[in-house]
Amino acid sequence: MHESSTPFIYNLTILLPILPFLAFVLIVLWTNRNKKLSAGLAVAGVGLSWLIGWAIAFTAFGQHGIAAQPFRMLRAWLPAGRAWQAFGFMVDPLSALMLLMVPFVCFLIFVYSVGYMGVGKPLGVHDQRGWPAEPGHVDPLASRFFAYIALFATGMIGLVLADNLIMLLIFWEIMGLCSYLLIGFWFARKYADPRKITPKEAGLKAFLTTRIGDTLMLAGMLLLFAQVGSLSFAEIFKPETLEHLATTTTHIALIGPVPWATLIAILIFCGAIGKSAQFPLHVWLPDAMEGPTPVSALIHAATMVSAGVYLIIRTFPLMAAVEHGPALQFIAFIGAFTALFAATIAVAQNDIKKVLAYSTISQLGFMFAALGIGAYVAATFHLLTHAFFKALLFLGSGSVIHGMEHGHHHGHGEAGKLVDWDIGAHGSQSTSHQSTNLPSFDPQDMRNMGGLFRRMPRTAWTFIIGGLALSGFPFVTAGFWSKDEILADAWVHGHTVVFVTLAVAALLTAFYTARQITLVFFGKPRTAAAEHAGEEDSIFRWMTIPLMVLAVFAIAFGWIGIPTTFPLLGRFSSNPFHHLMGSLAEALHIEAAELPFAATPLLTSIVVALGGLLLGWLIYRGVAEIGRREGDASWSPLHLADPLARPLGRIYTVLQNKYYFDELYGKVFVKGVQRLANWLFRFDDAWIIDPIVDGVGELWRRISEFGHAFDVRVVDGIVNGVGAVTAAAGSAARVIQTGRAQNYLLVALVALSVVLGAFLVLPK
Amino acid sequence: MEQIFFILLALLTLGAAWMVVTTRNLLRAALWLIAAFFGIAGIFILLQAEFLAVVQVLIYIGAISILIIFAIMLTRRLMDPQQPRFNSQWGLVGGFAALLFVGLAAVVTRVAWPVAAAAPVADPIGRLGADFVGPYTVPFEVASVLLVVALIGAIIIARERE
Amino acid sequence: MVPLTWYLILAAALFCTGLFGVLARKNAVAVLMGVELMLNAVNINLLAFWRYTAPGELIGQAFAVFVITVAAAEAAVGIALFIAIYRLRDTVNVEEIDAMKG
Repeated sequence: MHESSTPFIYNLTILLPILPFLAFVLIVLWTNRNKKLSAGLAVAGVGLSWLIGWAIAFTAFGQHGIAAQPFRMLRAWLPAGRAWQAFGFMVDPLSALMLLMVPFVCFLIFVYSVGYMGVGKPLGVHDQRGWPAEPGHVDPLASRFFAYIALFATGMIGLVLADNLIMLLIFWEIMGLCSYLLIGFWFARKYADPRKITPKEAGLKAFLTTRIGDTLMLAGMLLLFAQVGSLSFAEIFKPETLEHLATTTTHIALIGPVPWATLIAILIFCGAIGKSAQFPLHVWLPDAMEGPTPVSALIHAATMVSAGVYLIIRTFPLMAAVEHGPALQFIAFIGAFTALFAATIAVAQNDIKKVLAYSTISQLGFMFAALGIGAYVAATFHLLTHAFFKALLFLGSGSVIHGMEHGHHHGHGEAGKLVDWDIGAHGSQSTSHQSTNLPSFDPQDMRNMGGLFRRMPRTAWTFIIGGLALSGFPFVTAGFWSKDEILADAWVHGHTVVFVTLAVAALLTAFYTARQITLVFFGKPRTAAAEHAGEEDSIFRWMTIPLMVLAVFAIAFGWIGIPTTFPLLGRFSSNPFHHLMGSLAEALHIEAAELPFAATPLLTSIVVALGGLLLGWLIYRGVAEIGRREGDASWSPLHLADPLARPLGRIYTVLQNKYYFDELYGKVFVKGVQRLANWLFRFDDAWIIDPIVDGVGELWRRISEFGHAFDVRVVDGIVNGVGAVTAAAGSAARVIQTGRAQNYLLVALVALSVVLGAFLVLPK
Repeated sequence: MEQIFFILLALLTLGAAWMVVTTRNLLRAALWLIAAFFGIAGIFILLQAEFLAVVQVLIYIGAISILIIFAIMLTRRLMDPQQPRFNSQWGLVGGFAALLFVGLAAVVTRVAWPVAAAAPVADPIGRLGADFVGPYTVPFEVASVLLVVALIGAIIIARERE
Repeated sequence: MVPLTWYLILAAALFCTGLFGVLARKNAVAVLMGVELMLNAVNINLLAFWRYTAPGELIGQAFAVFVITVAAAEAAVGIALFIAIYRLRDTVNVEEIDAMKG
């Protein structure tokens, strides 16, 4: 380390992940009784991280040669064979840019959470642990919430600073754990509709789905370690190492010789598929919306899901080691496909957060597609701008939902004083509705909203700004500049298929954004809740200020990346973003020259953004204008047909059901595993040989016992078979879970023996 | 000569281990376990790891075995010698464990291990101590934290609740 | 001198014996004894590899010490768990301990 030339501020890098971690430890061990103090600790911890992070980031921006000579602080800590894994952090332009975004967005979301969790409000009398609190009350587990999100911030900040893949994996898994804990934060919540996924199940689903990707990623990392002998980024990205990886091949059955670089790159990308919810592992993200809204913003928009993209950006030299190789093509294909696929689903969703969830999947697809075609700088740019406006949109939707809940509560407070809030805790929500003959009220359903612009102006303005940024409103918003750069890159480098796919996805993005804004904020209120919604409560002060700050960034952040070749505006721009990332790309030998100006992609992005917005507004204006009908008890906005439902017909139903992926996975994997387990269980049962009869000379008795067991098995088998078919739709999961550790371990032993046997018997 | 010692020690270890997993009476199984640990300590001496052999005797025989015997005594009411030893899956487990052994043996005999004929370092205990406070500081500290946590955890878990 | 392979086969046999004990015994304390045998098999492997491939360094011995440390911690916590379960449910039969059932 060059002590003389490195600014002192870099030595504080180690503090960045430690500060939120300290907050986590303090909250868990000491302050969890005091909700205000806990919230204060979490906010202070991440706030300090934010300040130091920005200081470090701006120092790095001002320093020449940081790309070629990143700052590193290392400590060998983990011996692995003869090699030592280092506990190390690193600051280079990419980390510095992420530091600009991650702690800052985390801080704003933490501030927002103070309001969202109702810190400072009295504890509701009827509130239960693991349920969302009644409006106007503090969540009973608010301290725990702040502890979790502080730990989460540790994970994300550590991830962007990690200097090697081991560190990256550690923080990656910390985030996975926090994601699980936070999605299932309202663990006791149950819905009247048994088909609706509960937070507890959603958390499990997220954890297990991402685990598939993580396992493959771990395999990739182990292969990399076996080939290179190190997992430090500095070692892996040496040109000779990459050359070695790209030229030596391994033989895979059925496929033939494959360069190590390709195999490892694809395996690592699988981890990103899981974490960033790309097709086919996208199913967990929409259900993750069961968590509290700040969590959706924090984890499922701004930070954690972008960790997958970050991983690919970080390991891009490895991905691109084989030039235009299958690894990059695979990334581009998955990315572009997901971008379009998720955008089509988002068009037909009615839940305000589900729309945003699918839009997140789609935007992450944009980033992967950009990486796949080699648009290294553009992908990073979109990652950062997207984090700002998507966090803004999620927080805005949380504000809307809270406003609706307040309106709902308020409306009922006037209408039916008789409605008892404490009947069966939160069962009250359904009981209160039986009096009005409505199905249980869903404050997240956009069909229940309408006309909120007048009721919640601050939320509305900021949400609309975020929406415009998402759809890429020309020249002003950050989303335009980053999306335009991706499209331009695809066009200039001649990736026509990717270009067209992304352009269509961008059109759909603008369309569903306009639909969402029109349905939520414009027209007339369609329910009493929407009519009484408001943002006057004191908690909204905490919630709207982060919205406004994010709105500023959702616009202005794009200006740091205006291409210098852009007509007119380019003359005022020095494009500092490209300059920074370009220097890193140069140090890593990635081609990232600034693009020449091309009119086609620019016109395309203007047309799709404006056209989509206009189309959405025209089509949904009519629905938005339908107001509430007083006195007509049988009328519900949920019966309104979507204007697209008729022209699209069947397709619309398919879209609404998300192409039936949940059902498909349920049938193929969940049921399949259950079948297999059932079969194993019976097989196992057949081995029951009562050890009491295990005496010498009692062979005949053993045989008869066995025969008896067989009899029981056949007879029972038929009976059980009939029963199983009937009960197949029900909760069959119990059958496999004997709950005995020894049974589970036996499965592991069998699997190990089979793998070992295959390894020995099969020819190399 | 060394090979004869090895075979004797291996037979002692494996025989004792076999008795540990098959004996019906748990107290006897624990005593067989001590015998197996002695056999392993002998193997360590054959491998010229004398320090580890001493540690083996001290910790495994002196502490862990005694702990296990305590546990057996404390739950003695349930130690009915008439109870079945094995659970229902023992046949399957036995088959696959044998299969695993065959697989492992096939692997270890097939691979040409890079054997380096050299004498072990002089003064291994001193070197080991220096290594623990040198390059292995972090694992060493983590291990000590683990021991403290296990100590506290064991007390809290086993404490009588009022 | 004894070949390295002999040690490895001894360790494999010990490991599989311990594994059988872990997966097939009914009594939780017996399961724990099986675990101890498996850990010892690992230690034989570590020391055999150390002696035959890297006798100049002490990494093998150091790791064996860590394994013994972990084994001690595991035994203490394991036995505390059994005693707690024994108090709570009056059994140390592994088959009756199925709280993981979902």
